[in-house]
Amino acid sequence: MSQDKDTSNKRETGSDDVIRDVTGSEYKYGFVSDIDSDIIERGLNEDVVRLISKKKGEPDWLLDFRLKAFRYWETLKMPTWAHLDIPPIDYQAISYYAAPKKKESPKSLDEVDPQLLDTFNRLGIPLEEQKALSGMAVDAVMDSVSVKTTHREKLAELGIIFCSFSEAVKDYPDLVRKYLGKVVSYRDNFFAALNSAVFSDGSFVYIPKGVRCPMELSTYFRINASGTGQFERTLIVADDDSYVSYLEGCTAPMRDENQLHAAIVEIIVEERAEVKYSTVQNWYAGDKDGKGGVYNFVTKRGLCRGDFSKISWTQVETGSAITWKYPGCILAGEGSVGEFYSVAVTNNYQQADTGTKMIHIGKNSRSTIVSKGISAGHSQNSYRGLVSVAPDASGVRNYTQCDSLLLSSTCGAHTFPYIDVKNDTAIVEHEATTSKISEDQLFYCNQRGIPTEEAVALIVNGYAKEVMNKLPMEFAVEAQKLLSITLEGSVG
Amino acid sequence: MSAIDQYISLYEHNREAIDSNAPHALNRLRPDALSALKRFGRFPGKRDEGYTKVSVEDMFAPDFGVNITRVPFAVDVARSFRCDVPNVSTLLGVVVNDSFRPTATLLKNCPEGVTVDSLASVAASDPDFIKEYLGRLSDNRDAAAALNTLLMKEGVVVRVRAGVKLDKAIQIVNIFNASADFMAVRRVLVVIEDDASARILFCDHSQSGDFKYLSSLVTEVFLHRGASLDYCDIEESTEQTSRMSQLFISQDEGSRLTVNGTSLTVGTTRNEYKVDINGSHCDTEIAVMAIADRKQTIDNSARINHFAPRSRSNQLFKYLLDEQSQGAFEGLIYVAPDAVHTEAYQTDRNLLASADARMHTAPQLEIYCDDVKCSHGAATGQLDQNALFYMQTRGVPKSEARMMLMQAFMSDVIDRVAIEGLRDRLRHLVERRLSGEHAACGDCAASCHN
Repeated sequence: MSQDKDTSNKRETGSDDVIRDVTGSEYKYGFVSDIDSDIIERGLNEDVVRLISKKKGEPDWLLDFRLKAFRYWETLKMPTWAHLDIPPIDYQAISYYAAPKKKESPKSLDEVDPQLLDTFNRLGIPLEEQKALSGMAVDAVMDSVSVKTTHREKLAELGIIFCSFSEAVKDYPDLVRKYLGKVVSYRDNFFAALNSAVFSDGSFVYIPKGVRCPMELSTYFRINASGTGQFERTLIVADDDSYVSYLEGCTAPMRDENQLHAAIVEIIVEERAEVKYSTVQNWYAGDKDGKGGVYNFVTKRGLCRGDFSKISWTQVETGSAITWKYPGCILAGEGSVGEFYSVAVTNNYQQADTGTKMIHIGKNSRSTIVSKGISAGHSQNSYRGLVSVAPDASGVRNYTQCDSLLLSSTCGAHTFPYIDVKNDTAIVEHEATTSKISEDQLFYCNQRGIPTEEAVALIVNGYAKEVMNKLPMEFAVEAQKLLSITLEGSVG
Repeated sequence: MSAIDQYISLYEHNREAIDSNAPHALNRLRPDALSALKRFGRFPGKRDEGYTKVSVEDMFAPDFGVNITRVPFAVDVARSFRCDVPNVSTLLGVVVNDSFRPTATLLKNCPEGVTVDSLASVAASDPDFIKEYLGRLSDNRDAAAALNTLLMKEGVVVRVRAGVKLDKAIQIVNIFNASADFMAVRRVLVVIEDDASARILFCDHSQSGDFKYLSSLVTEVFLHRGASLDYCDIEESTEQTSRMSQLFISQDEGSRLTVNGTSLTVGTTRNEYKVDINGSHCDTEIAVMAIADRKQTIDNSARINHFAPRSRSNQLFKYLLDEQSQGAFEGLIYVAPDAVHTEAYQTDRNLLASADARMHTAPQLEIYCDDVKCSHGAATGQLDQNALFYMQTRGVPKSEARMMLMQAFMSDVIDRVAIEGLRDRLRHLVERRLSGEHAACGDCAASCHN
């Protein structure tokens, strides 16, 4: 589905045409893999929750957790406060479990469905061992179930646990039980309750004390089967003095209907440990008329529990029909640090309401927020963020910058920051600007012999650079490619 | 039961008394207000977006007395007469709770083409004018505005006819006077016609002692083509006073507006500023300062709607919060799809002077048009320690240095006040307020705080 555009004959076009071209390319991950899937009946009730739990052979405590979450979810209504126009979602029309069919659990790559391998190859995931040189350990989650985790042995030598969530439940039940739901409770919000009831798989990472994870850990999520939702759960625990960089990528096939993705990511960081969590989100965004696409309603939160711990969120959001998420940090430890770097690109009829929450509880905790919104077509792009300083949190420092770039006259860019300060020693700053690409800058580039199209690319690229620079090397390339796809081939 | 029900039943039980004491031009708006109130069902509370610090429900919940049958209040207007701004020669009117009393100077000096009068008498003498304007902007758009319309009977009308340039400022002193827990429903209508200009100063004072006092205020301002208005609003009341003030402004092409809000001593106050820019080449400037200590709460919300191209707006909000006071600011710039070449800016700066002070701020942008320049900035912090240290090394005692820095912090709001003489007065008031003296207007005979 990728398309290579002939760029040479575009030099004559005006900047409006260029912007239209730049923002008008198509989704290249929209293939469907013909893989046998084990899909349960659509609908949601207690039996479905029990069935999911049974299919996964879960212990009773986890089933109880799911049931509590489900009963709580039943009492909730979907929130409406976001700056999003969400068509009603029929939660009974979704299948809550779809797994690629297994004959036996695969012992080596040879036993994995070749179609599946092909899917991941097309996605460019270094799933196969032969690609080990690329230096990533990958856990690929297709529809609901984790398919294969690479490099596990190598990680195990260091005591690092990196496996699918269901394996973790079997192999490390104490760890999972200790941390599950501790950062994002099932009572947190509507989608957190839904996910807690029906989550099917995900990734689990544990970095022991003093270990610096030698490679980037990566998860690739893909919704494949139609009429399904994806509800995965990621739990990352970084013990004292450890470090890990975790990457997450997402794609989905092109479908007319909307698919729901409601995930939870929980991160717990102990003393002096650091977790860097990077996301390149490229769920199918719907077609040019806004038909289809993924609803990406995700709860992501990290807890800096130990003193001098650090969480850094980096996200490049290019996909999804509707994105609704606020990766946040609870900065409970003294001197803990939270960072949030985001580029959110919306095009056509995409909508995004995304941002972050920085909850300062620990003394001298610091946070930085840099959010870059780029809207094109008829899209609506909102930044919404909370910076809160608790009464006892003295010496807190926050700096927030959120900029919006508008590429068409029909799109919207909005900023909704909330700043709540309850301590007099805090310094909290927020700055935001909204503008279109400056005619002066374009003219200057033209004048230096740079064609308009390249100039637009240059300016957009420079605009997003502050965030792109924060991505790990392996992902930076892909993220730039994604920007290219969303905003045509010349960017990056 | 929501607080709203007590007002609905109050109205339904006293419908005749209310209607018979007010002109038809006001009464005709009540049925819509009543149905709107029933539709809302409750006042917004702290769980509602935009009301995080002040619950309007709690504000309206106590059982206040309401002056339904228009019993006159015994306040000596002459005594309040000197409550003016020194060095500013103004056209002075006094409003006691809600009823307007012109002073002799006002009656004598009011130039032709300028009306400053009570709402009830204008509604009786010129009902068409009232019909054309009253309620058009407030439009029962929330429960507090609907309640004001349901119970309003009195207030002030300022009308400046086309082309009249009023050089004297109009000053309206509002005196909150009550000998029991009381709610005043005040309504203000300001119409500045084509190419006219005016400056209006509202001062709110309290004489209600320890009684609970609630001021429900809706102000509607119409600026026609090329009109110019400087609007100042100063509140110096008591900690027992709650104020719910809603200012709705509509601007036509080429009009110019400055709004200055000053909260010096308050109990719980919520000020809403809603400006609709309906014409091109408008200029809007809002500068607000708030100083609070003890358990005072100041909540300002501003919404600027840019519906037309080529207009400019600027908002500046500054808070100085001490002791257990709370401040809240919610500001929104809305730019409609066709409002190209809009320039809109918003700045919020807050100083927290004590460990228990709280500030909540939400500066927001909603932009549906690409060819605009918009920015907002918010910062919450404390006095610059380096500046304090520097001044101490130059021999300025710490307390004085603090005072100077705090005054400097507020000075850019004061500098934007358009009424000369009032600037010095405000500087003086701020100085006294910051030095811990109760910010009573020194030479005001109303002796609000005695």
